[in-house]
Amino acid sequence: MSTLAAPWIILFTPLAAAAAILFVGQYSKPLSAGLAIGSAAIGCVLSWWLFAQPDPSESQQFPWIVIGEDLRIPIGVTVDHLSKVMLVVVTTIATIVFTYSLGYMKTEEGYWRYFAGLALFLFSMLGIVLADNFVMMFIFWELVGLSSYILIGHYFKKDSAADASKQAFIVNRVGDFGFLLGILFLWAATGTMMFGELTSDQEIARFAATPFYLTVACVLIFCGTVGKSAQMPLHVWLPNSMEGPTPVSSLLHAATMVAAGVYMLARIFPILEAAPHALDVIAWVGGITCFGAALMATQQDDIKRILAYSTISQLGYMVLGIASAPTPDVSMFHLFTHACFKCLLFLCAGSVIVGMHHEQNIWKMGALKNKMPFTFLAMVVGGMALSGCPPFSGYYSKDLIIAWAVFKYPFLGWLSVATAGLTAFYMVRLLVVVFLGKPKDDHAKHAMESPLVMLIPLACLALPSFMAGWPVIEGKFFRIEEPPHVPHVLHPVLLLLFAAGVVFAYLLYRRADKDPVSIPFFANRLYIDDLYDWMVKTIQDGGAAVLSWADRWIVDLLIVQVPSKIAWASGFVLRFLQIGNIQAYAFFFGAGVVGLLYLLIFR
Amino acid sequence: MPTLAHYLLVSGGLFSIGLAGVLLRRNILIIFMGLELMLNAANLSLVAFSRFHLHDGLPGYNAQVLVFFIITVAAAEVAVGLAIIVALFRAKQTTHVEDLDILKF
Repeated sequence: MSTLAAPWIILFTPLAAAAAILFVGQYSKPLSAGLAIGSAAIGCVLSWWLFAQPDPSESQQFPWIVIGEDLRIPIGVTVDHLSKVMLVVVTTIATIVFTYSLGYMKTEEGYWRYFAGLALFLFSMLGIVLADNFVMMFIFWELVGLSSYILIGHYFKKDSAADASKQAFIVNRVGDFGFLLGILFLWAATGTMMFGELTSDQEIARFAATPFYLTVACVLIFCGTVGKSAQMPLHVWLPNSMEGPTPVSSLLHAATMVAAGVYMLARIFPILEAAPHALDVIAWVGGITCFGAALMATQQDDIKRILAYSTISQLGYMVLGIASAPTPDVSMFHLFTHACFKCLLFLCAGSVIVGMHHEQNIWKMGALKNKMPFTFLAMVVGGMALSGCPPFSGYYSKDLIIAWAVFKYPFLGWLSVATAGLTAFYMVRLLVVVFLGKPKDDHAKHAMESPLVMLIPLACLALPSFMAGWPVIEGKFFRIEEPPHVPHVLHPVLLLLFAAGVVFAYLLYRRADKDPVSIPFFANRLYIDDLYDWMVKTIQDGGAAVLSWADRWIVDLLIVQVPSKIAWASGFVLRFLQIGNIQAYAFFFGAGVVGLLYLLIFR
Repeated sequence: MPTLAHYLLVSGGLFSIGLAGVLLRRNILIIFMGLELMLNAANLSLVAFSRFHLHDGLPGYNAQVLVFFIITVAAAEVAVGLAIIVALFRAKQTTHVEDLDILKF
């Protein structure tokens, strides 16, 4: 095994598995699951092995599109520190979630279709991670969008799931349009799509000579992140994507796929550094997203939607971290810990949902602590990691981003500090309402702990959620820097806010049967979804009405009907000249000749 | 000594007679003969122009060659035309153009 071949094997095993499941999966449930889990496990083992190897000095490329001298697009893999860490995260989480799916999907329909979709997703995601040029990344970026569409729409007979998958696809297209434009901008300026060449010192110096152009290009590329990583204002698809099976929400819409946008920013980080104004835009989008999504999360009633908004909020942290820190490792660190604990939280939510017979409203749960003690424990670990409780992993990674944000963008930094308090609040609200108090529904009274095949993945994730942030472990994956100076009150304030959030939520929701606070503004998601509905209804439908009118009266009538009627009418008039007498025709002909001669000679 | 104008007058006369025959007569055979007369009027004027239009003391023979072509083509055309008329007569038992007017609106 060489370090050159390993990435290709990691990349294409899941594709082969997906293809195989497509052909044989419908005959055997265990076979389809086994193929998918096997491909993920192979990728996982090879990724860890690759991670332990030194970076290869050369990279392997195959020419793919070559047009003249200017356009050369190879298919190649990048194996560097960034991609190796991401490989490890993606394949490990994927293996765990695939295994968990065995239990979760046991009684669900479309079993083999589901595993084929998961394997296809894994292939696409690894393609993004390994891509060594923008075109290849874009292709896999779209493939990820496709597999997300397939998996969100797994229960396609349900209208809401079909709509959600459609919405996810369309909203992502909006962002990807900007992404594509940005790629073309960079290509027009440099003539290369390769990450290695684009981020070389020489190209960066050339970029820096045209700051405005570079800023526009970077902001356009960031549009891709806004769509894929569900930043405001394109975040609306992520909560709706919770219509998919819970392991899908866990793997795609929490741990890995939505982090692709952050990974892409990390990949082109040297270019972003040369465009400080683009970084400002990125920071503001990230900061506002992280605060706004946390506000929305405080008032949701669906267990998965709370986690979805918290995912958006944490992605906002990562994007803010990209803009504030001098190295992408700061955000990648949070991506790493977030992948562990958010995946854990979703899998716990899945366990609760299975235990509750597919009831997702938290106000119908309650007192599950005794019925599902193991899930409760795992979810507390995840929740504490998410809220930034020391010494859980989230405490280290999130505080680092907040410290950098306070250092570089004080306003956004303090906004993200406030978000940390909100995070603790909504997470404890979720835990208290679901696991403590009284059972509020018959399902909650008779809930059962999930089978072992679902609990073991929880344990596998709970451990890194707890420990991944410790400097001993984190040092093996990242080279992070602390900001040179931050206000001394920052860390005490963060701890205070965390404690305040926990205590306040506990006291407020300890005995609640229904939500004691009602803030429609947050519960209705800041009315952003309604704004989009309104836009579609008035602007798009209005435009469509105008176009339909134009089609009916201008195209159909003026351009099609009128000329056809004129031709018919003139034909009708002229046919009276066909009198059938050959001598009359000869006379017309002779008269015509005489007329022509007259015109030619005497005029 | 006749001049070019005389020949052209004769040619024009022949052409007018032919045209009048085509336009005025009702028998399709006579119309056909009128057509031939018009062709030969054109031939006559071509030959006349050739004879009176000298290059280095020689007539322009191109026009006379053209006349031979016209005669040849006219012979073929007569064969085809008469065949059509015979077929028409067999179908309709008439050679009067007034009776042959079904091709109209």
